[in-house]
Amino acid sequence: MNQKKKSRIEVAAMYLVLTAVAVAIFYPLVWTIGISFNQGNSLYSSSIIPENFSLDHYKWLFSSESDYLLWYKNSLIVSGVTAVGSVIFTSLVAYAFSRYQFVGRKNGLYIFLLLQMFPVMMAMVALYIFLNMIGLLDTLTGLILIYLGGQIPFNAWLVKGYFDTIPRELDQAARIDGAGHLRVFWSIMLPLAKPILAVVALFNFMMPLFDFLLPSIVLSSADNYTLAVGLYNFINDQFANNFTRFAAGSILVAVPIAAVYLYLQRYLISGLTAGGTKG
Amino acid sequence: MALPDYQQEDNKDTRGSKKKKHSPALAVCLSILFAGLGQLYNRRYVKGICFLIIEAAFLATMLQSINYGLWGLRTLGTIPGTDHSIRLLVFGVLSLIGVFFALALYIANVLDARNQARKIQNGWKPSSFRDAISSFYEYAFPYLMTFPGLLLMVFVVIFPLLFSVLLAFTNYNLYNSPPRNLVDWVGFDNFVNLVTVPLWQDTFLSVFSWTIVWTVVATTLQIALGLFLALIVNDPRIKFKKLIRTVLILPWAVPAFVTILIFSAMFNDDFGAINRDIIIPLLGGGGLPWLSDPFYARIAIILIQTWLGFPFIFALFTGVLQSISKDWYEAADVDGGSRLQKFRHITLPHVMFATAPLLIMQYAQNFNNFNIIYLFNEGGPPVRGQNAGGTDILISWVYKLTFDTNNYSMAAVISIIMGVIVSCFAFYQFRKTRSFKEEGEI
Repeated sequence: MNQKKKSRIEVAAMYLVLTAVAVAIFYPLVWTIGISFNQGNSLYSSSIIPENFSLDHYKWLFSSESDYLLWYKNSLIVSGVTAVGSVIFTSLVAYAFSRYQFVGRKNGLYIFLLLQMFPVMMAMVALYIFLNMIGLLDTLTGLILIYLGGQIPFNAWLVKGYFDTIPRELDQAARIDGAGHLRVFWSIMLPLAKPILAVVALFNFMMPLFDFLLPSIVLSSADNYTLAVGLYNFINDQFANNFTRFAAGSILVAVPIAAVYLYLQRYLISGLTAGGTKG
Repeated sequence: MALPDYQQEDNKDTRGSKKKKHSPALAVCLSILFAGLGQLYNRRYVKGICFLIIEAAFLATMLQSINYGLWGLRTLGTIPGTDHSIRLLVFGVLSLIGVFFALALYIANVLDARNQARKIQNGWKPSSFRDAISSFYEYAFPYLMTFPGLLLMVFVVIFPLLFSVLLAFTNYNLYNSPPRNLVDWVGFDNFVNLVTVPLWQDTFLSVFSWTIVWTVVATTLQIALGLFLALIVNDPRIKFKKLIRTVLILPWAVPAFVTILIFSAMFNDDFGAINRDIIIPLLGGGGLPWLSDPFYARIAIILIQTWLGFPFIFALFTGVLQSISKDWYEAADVDGGSRLQKFRHITLPHVMFATAPLLIMQYAQNFNNFNIIYLFNEGGPPVRGQNAGGTDILISWVYKLTFDTNNYSMAAVISIIMGVIVSCFAFYQFRKTRSFKEEGEI
């Protein structure tokens, strides 16, 4: 009886902890949603349960006054190209590193591991000057190129780790049947590595979408802003004046992203652990 | 076309191999003299001509600009107003990279001439042109695969890092910035200033110690909370597991950029929801100075990072916990192990073994977590007698030095120090990873 009572108290305590955490998780999210329906612009007069419920801010975002849709488009372009490009570049590099023996292979792996730890920040001055010299400053192309190059060390390593887990017998058998290098890559490695390639694509789609630092340095004209920079400027210009607008704009981005994440979370985690711990 | 050419080549080589008078040393000398001559001597005409053309083209087009680049790198310009030191530095670094690749190709050429000559000396008959092409393809395939990625990486990652490192040894700052003035090499002066000039010394020490505290406390907290919650949800007595897991992963799914800015507004001293709705009703008073007092700002940032970071750890641990075999726990039950013992000797080793590299990455990520520091409070509040704010970590300090005060050389010095620390993380990863034990075969 005592045992059972003890167990019940434990379960109750666990639910209590979970409830507390859930409240902590939902409070800021619900607060943001509430704020976005407030009528005024200022944070001071806004409250979590709006006194005058209005959709003004959402309407404003889609009006011709705001560049919101343009930023949305820019962000989708940057993210889409980065996602596709990173899968191509990374899988090529990872295939060579996983299956071939060549001069510089081992050192290349060490360099990848080292480089993936360095933040882009450290390279910022040089990138700025370099983009300026080749005329790609304030363009989406310049931004995409930096993303594509910067993701290689981390992702090549991740994908290489996954390729290593694909049995070599498979590609050797294909070779005996007369398949060439590219054929093995295309018909055997890529289909088998779909889960990790999906993870790479997803990460590289999400990362530029909400990277703030790099676009804020590379992009200077409002026409080229990505969502993160644009939204930040809503509240940076005059703090608290446009926070309600920022909240509305953020919700329209965060909801689709969160939905995709929650839907795909299982694959994300299995992909990361496969590459990260076994790799 | 190619067909008669290789037949002729074939015949000559057969004769050559009978005499066995072919000298590898001569082939090496010739190819050192001018790339491709050795291959011509070996009667590999197509390859030889390729190398000849490459070297000739290199000498004709690149030599001058590389020479200029290296001159610029050495002097950083001599005439103020005309020579742009920083452009020269960029050219110089690019020239260095160019020279490196040219040298690599040149050495490959010499080695190739030597190996070929040795083979001919030993009576090797050259294969047909088509075979030669296909064997070249076999050999070069991995290089072709890595080339596009490598090229991009050289420009986007390696070149900027080299540039930053070199910048640390110059006096590039607001007061002598080009084109009006010239930048000079100053050796280790910047490093010496960092530890001797009181302003720099104080700032560096306080920023550095806060960076360490931040990295250790914030990361450990998020790992501990993630593990704790994973254990709770994994308990068989808990129901609605799927729903609970979805809720707990929510902070990971919402873009961090958005949540940090939201928290920043919520923690606002005057009209933030934390003060207005929680602190003042519960504790009374005027609310806590979350943004204007360094101590509270640090607490707030650590709390926010815990909120942002624990779901990933939670999801990771949940996956591992489910994979631990029940046999372990049953065996422990038979032996009468307590719950704490089971946790310490079964659960913890399993979880840590499977996730150690990813956990180390978490520490490295927080060490470089620019976003949260900058977006929360731009590193503020300001601190008297320092040129960094109260919550600035090394990376956000580098950002301020670069873009606010344009003290590029000092920013580069601090970047190098960060690089050294980051390398320690990387070194640990080297030893943990199994990737290196699996060799490529083909």
